[in-house]
Amino acid sequence: MEIRPIVSSLRRHKITAWLLIIEMALTCAIVCNAVFLISQRLDRMNIVSGVVEHELVEIKVADVGLHPDAKARVEADLAALRRIAGVTQVGVASQLPLGNSSSNNGIMLDPKQKMATINATMYQGQNLLQALGTQLVAGRNLGDGDYRDFDSVMKAAADGDPNDARMPKVVVLTQTMADRLWPGQSALGKQIYLGPVPITVVGVVAHLVRPNNFSLGSEYSMALPVRLTGEGDSSYVIRTAPSERQRALKVALAALKKLDPKRVVLQKRTWDEIRESYFQNDHAMAGLLVAVCVALLVVTALGIVGLASFWVAQRRRQIGVRRALGATRADILHYFQTENFLLATIGIAIGMVLAFGINLFLMKHYELPRLPVAYFPVGAVALWVIGQLAVLGPALRAAAVPPVVATRSV
Amino acid sequence: MFTYYLELALRSFKRNKALTALMVLAIALGIGASMTTLTVLHVLSGDPLPGKSQTLFVPQLDPQNMENYRAGGEPPDQVTWIDGMNLLRSKRADHQVLMTAGTVAVQPSQSNLDPFYVDARYTTADFFGMFDVPLLFGHGWSAIDDDNKARVAVITRSLNDKLFGGKDSTGQMLQLGDSGLRIVGVLDRWRPNPHFYDLATGSYAESEDVFVPLTTARDLKLGRNGSMDCWGGHTEDHLETAPCTWLQLWVQLDSSDKAATYKQYLKHYSQEQMTLGRFVRPSNVRLRDLMGWLDYQSVVPSDVQLQTWLAFGFLLVCLVNTVGLMLAKFMRRAGELGVRRALGASKRSLFAQLLVESAVIGLGGGIGGLVLAFFGLWEVRQRPSSYATLAHLDMSMLLTTFLLALGASIVAGLLPAWRACQITPALQLKSN
Repeated sequence: MEIRPIVSSLRRHKITAWLLIIEMALTCAIVCNAVFLISQRLDRMNIVSGVVEHELVEIKVADVGLHPDAKARVEADLAALRRIAGVTQVGVASQLPLGNSSSNNGIMLDPKQKMATINATMYQGQNLLQALGTQLVAGRNLGDGDYRDFDSVMKAAADGDPNDARMPKVVVLTQTMADRLWPGQSALGKQIYLGPVPITVVGVVAHLVRPNNFSLGSEYSMALPVRLTGEGDSSYVIRTAPSERQRALKVALAALKKLDPKRVVLQKRTWDEIRESYFQNDHAMAGLLVAVCVALLVVTALGIVGLASFWVAQRRRQIGVRRALGATRADILHYFQTENFLLATIGIAIGMVLAFGINLFLMKHYELPRLPVAYFPVGAVALWVIGQLAVLGPALRAAAVPPVVATRSV
Repeated sequence: MFTYYLELALRSFKRNKALTALMVLAIALGIGASMTTLTVLHVLSGDPLPGKSQTLFVPQLDPQNMENYRAGGEPPDQVTWIDGMNLLRSKRADHQVLMTAGTVAVQPSQSNLDPFYVDARYTTADFFGMFDVPLLFGHGWSAIDDDNKARVAVITRSLNDKLFGGKDSTGQMLQLGDSGLRIVGVLDRWRPNPHFYDLATGSYAESEDVFVPLTTARDLKLGRNGSMDCWGGHTEDHLETAPCTWLQLWVQLDSSDKAATYKQYLKHYSQEQMTLGRFVRPSNVRLRDLMGWLDYQSVVPSDVQLQTWLAFGFLLVCLVNTVGLMLAKFMRRAGELGVRRALGASKRSLFAQLLVESAVIGLGGGIGGLVLAFFGLWEVRQRPSSYATLAHLDMSMLLTTFLLALGASIVAGLLPAWRACQITPALQLKSN
């Protein structure tokens, strides 16, 4: 296909041609960035939790008024929950993965350190890791003998002796956290410091995601052997077969109500619901971005159809003359297709530069990472395909112009 | 003349129905998307207390130890009990309030209602006056009540409706857990947006249902929540002496002179605490006004800002699209325009005619965009975000929509109209 006549004809329609190029460039730039944003959201939403996602149920109850026997009440609750048929594990949790409320601590490798090495989240509660079903890859899980009562831990912390026997002495943490603190070494037996308090690593789990604050390191998580005594923000975690969850939830609620009819249920849900609610904004944003991409491509396609139709109508006689001089229908068709390909290519080239610029702006203001090179072809291919599809209709109409048009005066 | 141009425009639309529809649709889509996101942005970045916000300030101090110290860092967002109480009692500002969030179990006196939990605010007396809180019945409490740990409470209208069927409940008892408090006031509807006085409990959270004096809440050990930062051991029962920041402090300073003086006072206070040995970090104080505070806390979600940028990018593409289509359309009518020129119409009147045509398209796009924006905002309200229910179009945004649509389409019409006016009448007549 000869390109020269196309270029010279485009030169005579500079403004229209440039408008089309600008439109395609803008679309290309926005689509590139939007697709990147979508993939970022999808990555976030696909995060590995490290727990048996479809087997967990959370129940949070609160007592009305103060109860001095809180510890005994928690034990009674746990015993009642364990008796439910189909329930394999029951635990207490100070916080849940993706639960959106967390307690975090600076972790030090030396008590005299000025700045904490990392910030990690702190899971506490009886039998929690067993209930969550985290996968142990080294060492051992937290055992009964490791546990300390929450109240006495807090009192010991307020008293200020780092070696107080009331403090927890051991911890289980994630592989990611172990690799960050002791790269290339086994974490077992190593010490971390929570403020001045020394704690020994006895186990490492494969994965355990934080409740929130992913920017601090999504898997900097640890579990401390602290026995929660009901006061404050703790939930019961019940593990059962996926199909049994709703039934177990109902039975568990009834059992807890039976122990104290006056208590209030603050939360009852499956862990799947927790995950869904954690990512609901990402979900909505990804959906919105997809909608905008589609709308952009449709508008651009319609614009191409409109302008191409106009050109075809304007050049009816010219086309008739070419046909009369021996050009085939395919020649005419290819002419318009090549023309569009040419415009799209220029548009894409400008669009790439624009996409890079937009990404720089987003990086500066919204803490987004750099746009990987792999995303540039996405916009290019999308624009080429859209352009060819859009121009096909008008080009076919052009190809259908009979040679006899050339002989007509108007 | 205008009506004639209008008639010409309508006639031209009839000739090219598909093209006209395409242009109107493109503008409508662009305007609809921009208006939806702009309205959300407008609602979320609004001033919660117009006329008053410039007199409200957040004092910040740095009482932390040297662990994790970095020179030039920001002091904590909240204050400790000791600092909060010191600044409260010194009464250096026109008004000052110290508060925290909590949850309380309400035990209705009617037997048919189960006990339930509601959000509460534990605050000192000036809260109601400082934040212009409207009261339906009764009044807030006094500083003397704060000192006496008085068993009093203020509840919201919705809780009053639920517990007392909307009747004036002042003087009645409110049972919170094991303790009874006398209701002294009932709030009228009040939902400042953002929830500026305690952003940690949700930037766009609804206002709490129960208000109790801070000292009373501590005395009764009512459940506390919200953000708390500590740099040492602590227990929930001894937060008054714990090395933790967990209280929000706000001061009202009615003039900029007073604000400057208060900032000086904060510096003095900070230095004084250093000589006393309580503070170890170099004096680091801030005094931001309400809007400055919201900005510093980046209250508007970045997703919402991103969506606004995206929508305006989309609008830009729609506009470029419309410019192209309009240019094509006008150029196609070169013959007709040539005849009008030859018959004596000036370039100016031709230009005006074409601009009227593009303005009509803009008007159509604006109306379409408005319908789409209503739909878009309805869609936003279905979302689970905390700010979803706030997304409504107000009068100023309605006006903005039309100005935006009209302005956009006239701008889009300028270039094509100008180009079309450059036609030489003789050439066009001849070629036909």
